[in-house]
Amino acid sequence: MTQTLEHEPTAVAAPPAPPRRRFSRLAVRAGSIVAALVVWELLTAFDVDLWLHFDRLPTPVEVARDLGYQLGTAVYYQDLLDSLRRIVTGFALAAVFGIGFGTAIARSRGTSDVVQPLLEVLRPIPAIAMVPIAILLFPSNEQGIIFITFIAAFFPVVVSTRHAVRALPVVWEDAIRTMGGSRRRVLWNVVLPGALPGVFGGLSVGMGVSWICVISAEMISGEFGVGYRTWQAYTVVDYPGVIVGMLTIGLLGWVTSAAVELLGRRATRWLPRGENA
Amino acid sequence: MSLRIENLTVHYGQRAVLSGIDLDVADAEILAVTGPSGCGKSTLLRSLAGLLPVSSGRILSADVPVTGTSAERALVFQDDGLLPWRSVRRNVELPLSIRRVPRARRRVEAESWLSQVGLAGYEDHLPRELSGGMRQRVQLARTLAGSPRVILADEPFGALDAQTRTAMQRLLVDVWRKRPTTVVFVTHDVDEALFLADRVAVLTRDGRLAKVVESSRPRTAEPAVATERAEVLDGLVAA
Repeated sequence: MTQTLEHEPTAVAAPPAPPRRRFSRLAVRAGSIVAALVVWELLTAFDVDLWLHFDRLPTPVEVARDLGYQLGTAVYYQDLLDSLRRIVTGFALAAVFGIGFGTAIARSRGTSDVVQPLLEVLRPIPAIAMVPIAILLFPSNEQGIIFITFIAAFFPVVVSTRHAVRALPVVWEDAIRTMGGSRRRVLWNVVLPGALPGVFGGLSVGMGVSWICVISAEMISGEFGVGYRTWQAYTVVDYPGVIVGMLTIGLLGWVTSAAVELLGRRATRWLPRGENA
Repeated sequence: MSLRIENLTVHYGQRAVLSGIDLDVADAEILAVTGPSGCGKSTLLRSLAGLLPVSSGRILSADVPVTGTSAERALVFQDDGLLPWRSVRRNVELPLSIRRVPRARRRVEAESWLSQVGLAGYEDHLPRELSGGMRQRVQLARTLAGSPRVILADEPFGALDAQTRTAMQRLLVDVWRKRPTTVVFVTHDVDEALFLADRVAVLTRDGRLAKVVESSRPRTAEPAVATERAEVLDGLVAA
């Protein structure tokens, strides 16, 4: 009740934009992108060399042509699927172990004493700095890359889970226990669902870091994969190919982050932010 | 089920929150507990529930010492006791699921409890979609669904407006009449205490039992007896 009342004044202050104005805003936004493309085209087509070497970069038209060509090759999709498989595997492992460890640390003093110091020592090391170790440790490059992806997403998930579990109100747990519920019951019915909003924060961050790391790992030690292909294009002076690789990475990152975001919203619909959030 | 509190002392760290409490609660009695803020009313309830370790003395529930939580002694909270991600129905089904009632019967029982508290038709709502009073009805339905033998209520109507509060008090009395259960009810409201309870225990600020006042006509339409009211208030002021 009070919420609707509080929202009314803002609704009066900012009425929905009339259709014409909405259209013109859309035009401005599209125009901004088109203008950037035009500037890029001009800088590269006229080989501008003003301290920054635009003469070495491909033009947007060249990039578009190369993209069209690559979309028709099997190897493009093979790379895409390889990277996607690595990210999904590493990320899924990180989600499972991250939530598991995060919860255990938050709920059990013993586990916390044993595990927490190890994690605190390892956490400041960026996952990408572990590439040499991963190469040495794992029988195949593939497993090494997945390990790097896993480590990258693992820490954000552990930390956010730990905080979310610690921040849970005690009443819910007390309620379950005075209904005769066991510790396991508390875990499944209160701790995990209650911590989910916080956990998803960590999963979103983890997904972003995972992409950085899978691409870097592929560039260093990969066979196939978008990161590998992009670096290879650079080494053989195929600059349009580099940009196509970058765009592909951006697209994959966006799709996977959106997937995590969507899943998170579905799972936390009960939050008071309301249906339209 | 009867409760017996023997020389109960509970510490938070160094500080004694409750000291030397002796109190008996008869089977199917409603006992109200009142006292100034921070006098340990909630601590007393949580100890009775088995959620807090007892420093000295003991609590007997039907002559058996309380060592931990049990489905026999359910706690009702002031607010936010419901799980916000579960629908009203699934909240009420929770104690049934803990008691291993088969899934199909859970649903029937939950719906029956919800209609008894006047919430038929709201089964699929989330707690945040209900008013404070309705949420407390759901909590009552959930508690009753667990068929506890003692209900420990921690200011369950404290956050409600006067009208809703009166309706909830009557509802509680109705439900209690159908199935008399031992109830320990913490409240700040002297009239609520004298209306609901057979006896009113007054705690002092330092967590001792000041006095126990008997209510001569609990759960009737007549207003509380002025002398009893004055006696409880005296106890509170002195505390």
